Amino acid sequence: MAEKMHLKLTVNGKPVEALAEPRELLIHVLRERLEITGPHIGCETSHCGACTVDMDGRSVKSCTVLAAQAQGAQITTIEGIGTPDALHVLQEMFREHHGLQCGFCTPGMITRAWRLLQENPDPTEEEVRFGMSGNLCRCTGYQNIVKAILAAAAELNAAKEAAQ
Amino acid sequence: MNEMTPSREERTANLKGTGCARKRVEDARFTQGKGNYVDDVKLPGMLFGDFVRSPHAHARVTSIDPAAALALPGVVAVLTAKDLEPLNLHWMPTLAGDRQMVLADGKVLFQGQEVAFVVAEDRYIAADAVDLVEVEYEDLPVVVDPYKALEDDAPVLREDLEGQDEGAHGPRRHHNHIFRWEAGDREAAEAAIGGSEVVVSERIYYQRTHPCPLETCGCVASMDKVNGKLTVRGTFQAPHVVRTVASLLSGIDEHNIRVISPDIGGGFGNKVGVYPGYVCAIVASIVTGVPVKWVEDRMENLMATAFARDYWMDGTISATKDGRITGLKAHVIADHGAFDACADPTKFPAGFFHICTGSYDIPAAHVAVDGVYTNKAPGGVAYRCSFRVTEAAYMIERLIEILAAKLDMDAAELRRINFIKADQFPYQSALGWEYDSGDYHTAWEKALRAVGYEGLRAEQAQRIADFKAGKTRKLLGIGLTHFTEIVGAGPVKNCDILGMGMFDSCEIRIHPTGSAIARLGTISQGQGHATTFAQILASETGIPADQITIEEGDTDTAPYGLGTYGSRSTPVAGAATAMAGRKIRAKAQMIAAYLLEVHDDDLEWDVDRFAVKGATERFKTMAEIAYAAYNQAIPGIEPGLEAVSYYDPPNMTYPFGAYICVMEIDVDTGEHGIRQFYALDDCGTRINPMVIEGQVHGGLTEALAIAMGQEIAYDDIGNVKTGTLMDFFLPTAWETPNYTTDWTETPSPHHPIGAKGVGESPNVGGVPAFSNAVHDAFRAFGLTQSHMPHDHWRIWKIAHDLGLHG
Repeated sequence: MAEKMHLKLTVNGKPVEALAEPRELLIHVLRERLEITGPHIGCETSHCGACTVDMDGRSVKSCTVLAAQAQGAQITTIEGIGTPDALHVLQEMFREHHGLQCGFCTPGMITRAWRLLQENPDPTEEEVRFGMSGNLCRCTGYQNIVKAILAAAAELNAAKEAAQ
Repeated sequence: MNEMTPSREERTANLKGTGCARKRVEDARFTQGKGNYVDDVKLPGMLFGDFVRSPHAHARVTSIDPAAALALPGVVAVLTAKDLEPLNLHWMPTLAGDRQMVLADGKVLFQGQEVAFVVAEDRYIAADAVDLVEVEYEDLPVVVDPYKALEDDAPVLREDLEGQDEGAHGPRRHHNHIFRWEAGDREAAEAAIGGSEVVVSERIYYQRTHPCPLETCGCVASMDKVNGKLTVRGTFQAPHVVRTVASLLSGIDEHNIRVISPDIGGGFGNKVGVYPGYVCAIVASIVTGVPVKWVEDRMENLMATAFARDYWMDGTISATKDGRITGLKAHVIADHGAFDACADPTKFPAGFFHICTGSYDIPAAHVAVDGVYTNKAPGGVAYRCSFRVTEAAYMIERLIEILAAKLDMDAAELRRINFIKADQFPYQSALGWEYDSGDYHTAWEKALRAVGYEGLRAEQAQRIADFKAGKTRKLLGIGLTHFTEIVGAGPVKNCDILGMGMFDSCEIRIHPTGSAIARLGTISQGQGHATTFAQILASETGIPADQITIEEGDTDTAPYGLGTYGSRSTPVAGAATAMAGRKIRAKAQMIAAYLLEVHDDDLEWDVDRFAVKGATERFKTMAEIAYAAYNQAIPGIEPGLEAVSYYDPPNMTYPFGAYICVMEIDVDTGEHGIRQFYALDDCGTRINPMVIEGQVHGGLTEALAIAMGQEIAYDDIGNVKTGTLMDFFLPTAWETPNYTTDWTETPSPHHPIGAKGVGESPNVGGVPAFSNAVHDAFRAFGLTQSHMPHDHWRIWKIAHDLGLHG
């Protein structure tokens, strides 16, 4: 067993530390060492996106990022996107538009959508479909996920306009 | 009634009962990352299990040396068949009456088969140790083609069955034969077909595929040696059945076993079976005395846990020259892989394949199914369908299209003239089913009108003319389907799993302050039971759905039930829920009568209360009644307000639907584009329209996957060619179309609230709709049948073989 690394990173705004082997994947460090179990493991080959987290402002599949690569990084997971008392509008819209069923893909979906709407605050349906194509869902057929994300974008934009 | 009293309508709306598009109560935890799936379970001292798997499809295992693995720090144990044999757990019974190796016992029979189970302190060490276990193999000839498996000189796959001429389902006719199963009247069918003016026969293959839920299978087994209690948390679609099986296999008394299905990340049939991983984790926990987790990775999931379909269907359908269907017969070669681990009710080794007369009034029919062993993974689960119903629906809906072409008739018209008529229900099919209710003509005409069918056919004719004139390279396909499902297994008199009758159950406790908890024998895997079952109860008991907790999946608390698959939750457990609610109401009526000082018969139920007939200002609400049940002595009535119902359904339910897919096909690239998909479902009484629509979207997308690209493919020596999500097609948001959903509502006459179930309809009807669209695009150029999946290359090949590339 290789010597463990001392990892320091920021997860959901909080500085955290962990000892991990250099070969450990970010998803395992998050789930097993930091007990952040929102991101899930669906394929371990970067296809399904259940493990999607935000790393330094980009969506990444944490099943194929070494934890060592996250040294010093700012990580946001589903746990950091809203709180029970103040849900993010995406979380509300996924419920409102029935954008989830078994819930296994949902944390990755919302985390990806959260970044997508920062990259492109006013996307077309086609842009949402393309922008979400790295995240697989087996239950919903995507139609209501797309609807939820478009509704969230509209609401966020309306709030922005109201604030101006 | 004073002015402050809410109206009936307001009180009804407040219940959020049956018919309400109620938002889901599950969503709060899932959208915040607070689901609790099996891989989230972390227990003190927990170890991790991982499998050494066979790289060969058929080989003798000559030696297994775990020494190097055991020498690795952090490795606790390596289990092989030799270790399991003294416990008699090196083999286990399958749900289909066969037996299956838990760990390779002398030989392996499919690639990915479990050979040894490594137990280590973390998943990385376990994976390292898997590589260090040295296994010597001696290749044996591989059989992946079920027809070749039945040749006289085919290698014997199941040496353990040598000399056994009798299987679980009757005589075995060959050393690789599992069973023959038949339904209908062969002589009558052959006579009808022989005397017909038009006969078409076709071999239709429904390829091997896999349910592939986003969460793979897994469990955490935890043996508490102090209390003698075994707890197993896992991805179980039928937790009570797992408990019974675990007890029978381990010898641990059933009351000392607790099986918990936590949140399940999709099932679609994959999580019905009992897998070697569960057995090994349990044994490892018993041996080590600490919890052991096993969670398979995606490749293991696709290679080793239950596949679906793999049916070679030779169908023959006959008709008069004006299109009246006279007979149907089918013979199926069913590739079951290395062990018969199909998940079907015991007496139905080919499931309900004999629903294959579909929506049509066919006077004579016969089917025969031969199950065959090959060197492929075991399984044969119902992937988002009732048992083998997708195969049946696909066959009849393809045969209808082929017959229409032969008759030179419009396929919509051919269906119309052969549908079972509304006044024929309950309808006795030639293959032995009693269809409960239906109105196919109404659904069909509504669907055809909705898509502008005549206009589409005119456009298609113009497109063909343009294509022939060199003005376009795109063809238009109109894929029609009218399917009839059979779900809700099933009546205990003929449906069981491992001897357990396929009833289901609900237990309700009304709390003193008028809220409630209900527990069921089923388990949601995304269907939203916590939302919809509360709606059924709200309508039955008058307690608002928001004040009812639904709990499933813990065998220590939930009443015994057979679980969730085959769209059985609503037809069976939903019925139990309604019946238990009615028991609550019956007792509530007696309490209300006492409180109001009237006779029981002088009361009438009114949404959420019992009121005195003719004096409705005198009433007791269910909340008031509940309080009284706990706070005062009522002569002749026990305290408390609880009920339990075990529901044995008198019949299956028969949901149906009309689907139309309009598809553009590029002849030169083989690419397709779905321009329109219209789905009309009739699932009887609709409990939650939002949830129904969600189920339809999801099922159609799984159908899209199967029809257009998904398969578990093997090469000639049994290597799995589709073991990752790079090769195994799951559609993304990019290639999935928008769907238009619609409905008619024909209640089931025998279900307490008339509901039939819907989760699987879109897969059953969707696959033929997509596939028929592809075929229809090429019908004018002479295409009869091309096997799924219709990926770009295969569609290109159709065009090429028809000479359309010039």
